[in-house]
Amino acid sequence: MGRDMLQSIGHLPMVWMAFAVLAATGCLAFVAGRSAAMGFTAAGTGPLNSQPNYHGYYTAMCAVVPAAIILLGYGLFGGGIARGLLTGELPSGFADFSPIQLEQYLDRVRDASQLDAAAYSGAQLFSAVTERYLTLSGGVKLSALLAALLAAAGGFAYARSRLAGSFRARAQVERGVEIMLFLCAAIAIATTLGIVASLFFESLRFFAQIPVLGFLFGTEWNAQTNADFGAVPLFFGTFIISLIAMCVAAPIGLYAAIYLSEYAGPGVRAWVKPVLEVLAGIPTVVYGFFAILVVAPFVREGALWLNALPFIPDEFLAASSTNALAAGLVMGVMIIPFVSSLSDDVINAVPQSLRDGAYAMGATKSETVKQVIMPAALPGVIAALLLAVSRAIGETMIVVMAAGLRPQITADPTAEITTITVQIVSLLTGDSEFDSPKTLSAFALGFVLFLMTLVFNLIALRVVQKYREKYD
Amino acid sequence: MTDQTAPTRATRPSSFNDEAAKKRLRKRNAAERRFKFYGMAAIGVALAFLVLFVFSIGSQALTAFSHHKIKFDLPLTAETVAPEGVGDTAAIAENVSGFYQLVRENLAERFPEAAADGRERELNDLVTRLAVLPMARATAENPGRIGETFAYSAALSDDLDLYLKGAVAPETRFKSGPVTDVMRTLQNGEKRIVLRGDGAFDRIVSEQAALRSGEGGTILLQSETSIARLIDSSPDGVSVELLTGDLAGFDGPRADVRVIPLAEDARNVTDRQIAWTLALKEDGRLSRGINWALLSNADSTFPEIAGVLAAIVGSLFTMLITAMIAIPIGISAAIYLEEYAPKNRVTDLIEVNINNLAAVPSIVFGLLGAAVFLNFLALPRSAPLVGGLVLGLLTLPTVIIASRAALRSVPPSIRSAALGVGASKTQTVLHHVLPLAAPGIMTGAIIGMARALGETAPLLLIGMVAFVAEVPSGPTDEATALPVLIFKWSTGAERAWEPNTAAAIVVLLTFMVLMNALAVFVRRRFERRW
Amino acid sequence: MSETENTRKDTLISQVTVTPSADTSGYATKVDCKHINVSYGDKQAIFDISMAIPERSVTAFIGPSGCGKSTFLRCINRMNDTIESAKVEGQIFIDGEDVNSDHIDPVLLRSRVGMVFQKPNPFPKSIYDNIAYGPRIHGIATSRTDLDEIVETSLTRAGLWDEVKDRLTQPGTGLSGGQQQRLCIARAIAVSPEVILMDEPCSALDPIATARIEELIDELRERFCIVIVTHSMQQAARVSQRTAFFHLGKLVEYGDTETVFTNPSDDRTSDYITGRFG
Repeated sequence: MGRDMLQSIGHLPMVWMAFAVLAATGCLAFVAGRSAAMGFTAAGTGPLNSQPNYHGYYTAMCAVVPAAIILLGYGLFGGGIARGLLTGELPSGFADFSPIQLEQYLDRVRDASQLDAAAYSGAQLFSAVTERYLTLSGGVKLSALLAALLAAAGGFAYARSRLAGSFRARAQVERGVEIMLFLCAAIAIATTLGIVASLFFESLRFFAQIPVLGFLFGTEWNAQTNADFGAVPLFFGTFIISLIAMCVAAPIGLYAAIYLSEYAGPGVRAWVKPVLEVLAGIPTVVYGFFAILVVAPFVREGALWLNALPFIPDEFLAASSTNALAAGLVMGVMIIPFVSSLSDDVINAVPQSLRDGAYAMGATKSETVKQVIMPAALPGVIAALLLAVSRAIGETMIVVMAAGLRPQITADPTAEITTITVQIVSLLTGDSEFDSPKTLSAFALGFVLFLMTLVFNLIALRVVQKYREKYD
Repeated sequence: MTDQTAPTRATRPSSFNDEAAKKRLRKRNAAERRFKFYGMAAIGVALAFLVLFVFSIGSQALTAFSHHKIKFDLPLTAETVAPEGVGDTAAIAENVSGFYQLVRENLAERFPEAAADGRERELNDLVTRLAVLPMARATAENPGRIGETFAYSAALSDDLDLYLKGAVAPETRFKSGPVTDVMRTLQNGEKRIVLRGDGAFDRIVSEQAALRSGEGGTILLQSETSIARLIDSSPDGVSVELLTGDLAGFDGPRADVRVIPLAEDARNVTDRQIAWTLALKEDGRLSRGINWALLSNADSTFPEIAGVLAAIVGSLFTMLITAMIAIPIGISAAIYLEEYAPKNRVTDLIEVNINNLAAVPSIVFGLLGAAVFLNFLALPRSAPLVGGLVLGLLTLPTVIIASRAALRSVPPSIRSAALGVGASKTQTVLHHVLPLAAPGIMTGAIIGMARALGETAPLLLIGMVAFVAEVPSGPTDEATALPVLIFKWSTGAERAWEPNTAAAIVVLLTFMVLMNALAVFVRRRFERRW
Repeated sequence: MSETENTRKDTLISQVTVTPSADTSGYATKVDCKHINVSYGDKQAIFDISMAIPERSVTAFIGPSGCGKSTFLRCINRMNDTIESAKVEGQIFIDGEDVNSDHIDPVLLRSRVGMVFQKPNPFPKSIYDNIAYGPRIHGIATSRTDLDEIVETSLTRAGLWDEVKDRLTQPGTGLSGGQQQRLCIARAIAVSPEVILMDEPCSALDPIATARIEELIDELRERFCIVIVTHSMQQAARVSQRTAFFHLGKLVEYGDTETVFTNPSDDRTSDYITGRFG
């Protein structure tokens, strides 16, 4: 097979070709299956068990599914295979390359191969390697397409051999549909497994180099220089900022929910609820910008003003331009709608008969809320607050933009501190090598973050479920 | 009427007029009012925040949506713009330095004093080098223009643009008294001019005294296109240094005085640059217009020519992939769980898992993307394909939960009716339940997509934060997304990034509002209540 | 009560009462309703009802569902105030004072008019706190011993003391349905109201628990003016001295229970009692 031809195949956009192949085989198989079924009726072998269309669907299903699996496999692993083949063929000069250099070089090769030939006609070696890559990836692509077609043909032949007047095509198709639906539901599980596995194994690689206890209890963090990996300052920063955020969000969110569900008339509710939801819809990066644009300078000014007061020692507050307070306050505002809408649901779920009971005893509205509704809604409210805390811990953009990068343990809320999420972002942004403890530490931090939020979420979801069962 | 027909019991209030009870009631009612006030205050705080938010972002964005441009009439000489021949259009399109030379020459001609003082660089900074790129491209498309004069408006440098918009320092302006005498002196080797006029400069004297006692600053005197900087002042005469134009301009009329209360070395624009800009404005060559470049350009390292187009396209590709993942899989999963799933441990596990997945921090999905899609599957870095996959998985639980709610709201009687006429389970679901639930499902899906559009953190981890100056042409190209661009711009060192970031936020929020409006429309128009 | 007050009330009663012959039965009027109209939004639920409810007896409201008997009951302690769309017109005098007038705080009113609901609704608190709730908020008990005494008396009167005295700190929601309802009755009588309103108090209970509650109502009659809404005509006949029959928001017939059940004056009443509709 010609090298030029393979190279031109290497240029073809695989996604569209794959779709074309699948659609074409599907349509052909459907028509063939359907007309075969029509043939059975014409031959007069008695009534069909299923409508002709279902015979069509059945053959199409049998043809498309194996082909789709092969093409999906290509989509996931095709690039890697071509790359592996190329690595094996590289001239000996490349043996000096470190794995990360090699990766970067191959990335460049891959990127260049997608351009026109003129674009990489620079260094001779590079263009030769690129052309070879193009040939190899064209070969892989072509074999994938051929294999897919072959599989489709095989599937079709199998389906055709089973078609008959008495064949229960509909039941088979519906079985297939159900399996497909189940697989879709299972993707959620696969995602969780993927998260757990990737975090776990990368963390394992990290802890092979850095002791677990040193990570969990060390108080020095200098990951950028691959030096110290004591994560306590990060846990502390996360804790402080979540605490500030909850101090804002919990009272405001709860009182807002109480006001909306117990006091406000339908007119006010109809306006205020969507407006609060707008707060929930604003992207966090926008909150982050607001924090550095408005809140952080304001906090800084305030801290400087306090420092200037006669009875307060100079430099009492750090008055940093990025600070924990600004990030915490803005994060708190972001969480308000979260707390208020969850608590609102919970408060509304308290049966009206309890309110009636309290009113009939002569309780005022606020007494009813404080002494009857809140105790009844307490588990649900606690669950809502737990979910909010989990949200605050995992929130990234606001802290990345407004909290700063300095890992330190301080009670001064105007000082620059850093959190787990900030460190994950700063460690993984830019070119990352997957072997250094620096990069791997991000996964260890991610694992801690995941476990923390998981515990909060599971407790909260469980409590909510119990609560619902109680009042349903 | 306090005496009762019924026997008195305990110490309970025996009448509506019992004073003790009334007193107690007043206290209770005060507590009631306080409590209600807290509730209103809570909502007030949230709403006040929203107002502050809209106001601060909006006012910043407004500055960015208009900008200043300098008009040039440039003779396109073949030797400068097409040194490799008029036919080589590709070379012309990339010949930024040639076109920029035209701009530089034009400015040098207008302000000869810059060369004389050795301040060409300061002058050239009025226009960024890359600001001539559109002109180069337009010329390359139409080489016939070479030899003609090209009327071109180039964006003014971002710092001067901010100065003109009043964002550098709170400037005071007033008119001096009439100048009666202009005198040139040479003092300490500086060119100085002394302007005289009886009591014409009282205010200047007081303003200069105020600047000197404060943190410093500059006072500029302008008479048409002549601009001078104040050195010393007394009520009947001031000595100034001429920055541009000529002396004769100051003879006679009242001078326009500008007090810039910020020392020259504390700002990014020099006095001379301000003077030149003001002179160009006086020439009528400076105009303020809508900043279309912000929408039609790709990203740049220079704020005045940076735009969001590439990021919008990047976001679009990302959302496309996200929708292809999240919507079909999400709906299928919801149908399975709601209509087919048997009540067993596996189903319970999937349920708990989905609810939990919806609450996993988005950055964890970014880690998944980095570890699995980039490292394990070797998919391209910085590509919308990977971004879309990650956001698709992130949005999946939202779509599933919304779709399940929609399916659940279809009354069981519909299912019984369909099953009753002999439809199979699958037919019941596909022919009856799903169409009825479709509006609710679509609403949930659109809202989920709007959420995904604003996600930033996971995209940072899969490298979509790389600088991309080209509009991506497909989902595997290097690209950035709108929220990531906002993040990147917000960290820019120059002041001008601030309004630009706000403007990009307005663009992002516009898209989100449109999507949410669509969701509301779908719900209002198609949803049925049972 | 002053002399003038008494005369005024007597004249009122004679004007209002539907069946003057069966009026007093030995007791003075406790609650006197005049021309009550209630509407929810555009829909009128009660049409111009006037009636006098006597002291220290049980008055039963009967009628088909949706006839407005519960709505009317909720006027007496102004529970309709808690429903935004409800609008009440007319006057209700308790001991000669109009409860709908502006200077009467519903909070104070409800300390004098207790209520028991269809579904037992104990607060999610301990049994003790459920009973102590009313005395606490109204400042009736000043010390812990007072409170203990009130709790014990109320529970004893509600016939629940012996069953719960060893578990006063356990949540009220843990009791059986009948016990919960008696707890709610004890909660209502803990503030020593003058009137107790009961809105179908037995409809969620089994026959044994129902019988227990009916006995209790009969005992409580000694001290309180009780108004009970009921679905069951047998129950009305068993526990009440006077019966009012409501139909489509109107008061059709009101008189001594015996008269209403044995010799109704209105055809609709006899049709309902004999089971021809309802």
